[in-house]
Amino acid sequence: MSDAILTFDHVEKSFFGVRVLKGISLDVPRGKVLGLVGENGAGKSTLMNLMGGVHAPDRGQMLLNGAPYAPRTPSDANAAGIAFIHQELNLFTNLSIAENIFIDGFPRLRWLPMLDRSHMRARTKQYLEAVELHVSPDTLVEKLSPGERQLVEIAKALSFDARIIIFDEPTTSLTARETERLFRLIERLRSDGASIVYISHILPDVMRLADEIAVLRDGELVAHGDKEAFTINRMIALMVGRAIEQLYPPRRSAPTTTPVLEVQDISQQGIVEAITFTLHKGEILGVFGLMGSGRSELARILFGLDEHARGEIRVAGKPYTRPSARRSIDAGMAFVTENRREEGLLMDIAIAENIGLVALPRYAAATVTAVNERRYFTEITDVAASLAIKGGELRQQAVKTLSGGNQQKAVIAKWLLDKPAVLIIDEPTRGVDVGAKYEIYSIINDLAAAGTGVLFISSELEELMGVCDRMLVMSNGEIQATFSRDEFEKERILRAAFRENAA
Amino acid sequence: MKTTNRQHLAQLALQNTSLLLFIVVFVVFGLLAPRFFALQTFETILKQASYIGIVAIGMTFVILTAGIDLSVGSNMYVSATVAGLVMQELKAPVWLGLLVCLSVGMLFGGVNAFLITRVKIIPFIATLGTMVAGKGIGLLFSRSIQIPYPDSVLELGSSRLFGLIPLPIVIFLGVALAAQLVLTMTPIGRQIYAVGNDAEAAKKAGLSVGRVLTSVYIVSGLMAALGGFVSVAQQGVVHPGFGEGYEFNAIAAAVLGGASLFGGVGSVLPGTLLGAVLIQMIQTGLIFTKVDIYIQPLITAAIIFSAVLLDAFRNIQLQKLRRRNIRIDKGALVGAGDD
Ligand SMILES: Nc1ncnc2c1ncn2[C@@H]1O[C@H](COP(=O)(O)OP(=O)(O)OP(=O)(O)O)[C@@H](O)[C@H]1O
Ligand SMILES: [Mg+2]
Repeated sequence: MSDAILTFDHVEKSFFGVRVLKGISLDVPRGKVLGLVGENGAGKSTLMNLMGGVHAPDRGQMLLNGAPYAPRTPSDANAAGIAFIHQELNLFTNLSIAENIFIDGFPRLRWLPMLDRSHMRARTKQYLEAVELHVSPDTLVEKLSPGERQLVEIAKALSFDARIIIFDEPTTSLTARETERLFRLIERLRSDGASIVYISHILPDVMRLADEIAVLRDGELVAHGDKEAFTINRMIALMVGRAIEQLYPPRRSAPTTTPVLEVQDISQQGIVEAITFTLHKGEILGVFGLMGSGRSELARILFGLDEHARGEIRVAGKPYTRPSARRSIDAGMAFVTENRREEGLLMDIAIAENIGLVALPRYAAATVTAVNERRYFTEITDVAASLAIKGGELRQQAVKTLSGGNQQKAVIAKWLLDKPAVLIIDEPTRGVDVGAKYEIYSIINDLAAAGTGVLFISSELEELMGVCDRMLVMSNGEIQATFSRDEFEKERILRAAFRENAA
Repeated sequence: MKTTNRQHLAQLALQNTSLLLFIVVFVVFGLLAPRFFALQTFETILKQASYIGIVAIGMTFVILTAGIDLSVGSNMYVSATVAGLVMQELKAPVWLGLLVCLSVGMLFGGVNAFLITRVKIIPFIATLGTMVAGKGIGLLFSRSIQIPYPDSVLELGSSRLFGLIPLPIVIFLGVALAAQLVLTMTPIGRQIYAVGNDAEAAKKAGLSVGRVLTSVYIVSGLMAALGGFVSVAQQGVVHPGFGEGYEFNAIAAAVLGGASLFGGVGSVLPGTLLGAVLIQMIQTGLIFTKVDIYIQPLITAAIIFSAVLLDAFRNIQLQKLRRRNIRIDKGALVGAGDD
């Protein structure tokens, strides 16, 4: 293999006595893209946190260009030319792009304690050009889309001339076009001589970008080599520790014809228009659309988080007026949002309490009684186990210490405990590893078999085709077409999804 | 097209609620009591707003980091008391008295900062504690007795710059200007906004969050002491109840001026300045219109409450307006979705 810009030498890391990295030795190749894959909680982000100065290794050391390297803070890492673009972006939305880029080392006006704004602006402009983001350096970050914000993070990496850039699941909130732009940029950074670490659960992306691939499992490096030595199936087998024959579990039940959710002509100006469909008991109904097609907005309206101007919703045959989240829950609806950090979880609270939150009232017999603690906790443990949530003591550890994918599972677990009549689930497998995806599909199947009507929103057509009974295709806030399972055909569905701006 | 225009207008109005409220209150009182429009009245209002305004400026720094400083009232009392005693007992000159006052205020702020950043007590509880303790210390010094200030201070308080603008107003405006410059033009100013927006991210970006927090509580302490001195310079004595309840007015002024208690949003100019003057204007206006003196506090509180309520409502509305339109209406393609 090639020469290394950074070497991990038997690094170990434990949290609360749990060994997360068990003596990893790995060379990060110079001037290449290293793809880093592994299951949720395998330790990918933790390994990169060592490099980025977020955590220090308990044992072992790192070498940067052959010399010992021990950053104590993220700024140390930056100073050493290492940029870490986190799973959750790290920008200040109330500040301008230029201010974000220079936040920890503002250029000053000669001896004055003042910002040198014109200098900041000029430099920022140059970096923005390099990442092909054509907006003013004074633009507030809150005005930017997720993809544009990511470009700002990359521009920031350029500002301190980073030689190593780490991308931790960068595409989770990008549109297809933004993803494409990011890939081109990564390729250009590499040809300019930067070394890149690219972490993702989307294995085809890794195959496409990486020169070398490293696979982590349970805190150990199980394989590392040139891309040519890997196939997607081999990566999966290495990650999971066994071969996975099937990506989708077989359906064990058929949908009924009893409606559980009837939506009639729902409209809200500028958001959705004339949405009409029926979800049946035991049915898995997919909602496919490109990013920005109105899928998530529709889900929020149905669950009562946003208002609608016109139309009618019936849940289990009963008209459902003035929707609100609480009333939706009472009516037997559940909603797994796509936005786990902001909407789905209380980050500083223990895992168990997060999972138990929605179902809590069920465990109190009367209005003013103590929660039946034991039954409550047993059921939480069951749900957590069935989703294979990895991450220490359920009752003590805060959700924010979970790995990204395990946070996602906790959000799902939260709603499963309540055994809903209608489950609206928005991008449940984003950032989740292959094994856990299978688990999530199985759970959706089981719920459907038990009579839950599932509205499954996703931008991954493959998984919808693998799991759903029927599929709605949205674009421009409207339902463009409906397909039943025997009509599933990739090309036709995609054509419907792109059918916008017909005017 | 029409709807977008209306939306823009709505957005503009919502973004400037404090200015609108200011104008409304001004016009209403002016119509009820024409004397209200006199330049003299305006000068009085500004002068009386000056000390709360100065305290509110310090409070704005704290609120910008998503913190709160409940101890400013007690701080005003302690620092003014100690300075008064130094001038009275030791016959210290006025400049030394002022210096002592400001030093005590900064020390007070430093204690808050220590409790918050080192002992890691949340700001609400930490400053609630120092509010009670501070008052106690002040009373220990003063023995609950009024402390008179030398006449020279009173003269200073009623003097005018170039014989034109009352000194308290000059100090108020000067401090406001300086504070705004610090917030917008200096590294620490921008870092205050960053910490208020996302303290976790600030840590990851390599900022010293502790240093930023320490400086805002010290600034708040300094401003409380200065505000207290300016106030005493107008009254001549420090009575035992001095400073009590001022934290409410200071917080209200900052919030009326558009500062968000969640941090990261707000300004001193025009924000807090406008808020402080607005509160004083309401109080003066109520006197002018001869409203029952026992009802006045209720009306003041009602206006402040509704403004803060409006602020909460405004944020929700602004968020809604900002949300991108995702649908392109086939009929009216023009101008849709630009925000
Ligand atoms: N600060 C922390 N405190 C306690 N435990 C932690 C902390 N950070 C990570 N862990 C634990 O370490 C393990 C590895 O987490 P890590 O974030 O590295 O996983 P990952 O491979 O990035 O997974 P994902 O693909 O889900 O993001 C997890 O079990 C996680 O709960
Ligand atoms: Mg991770």
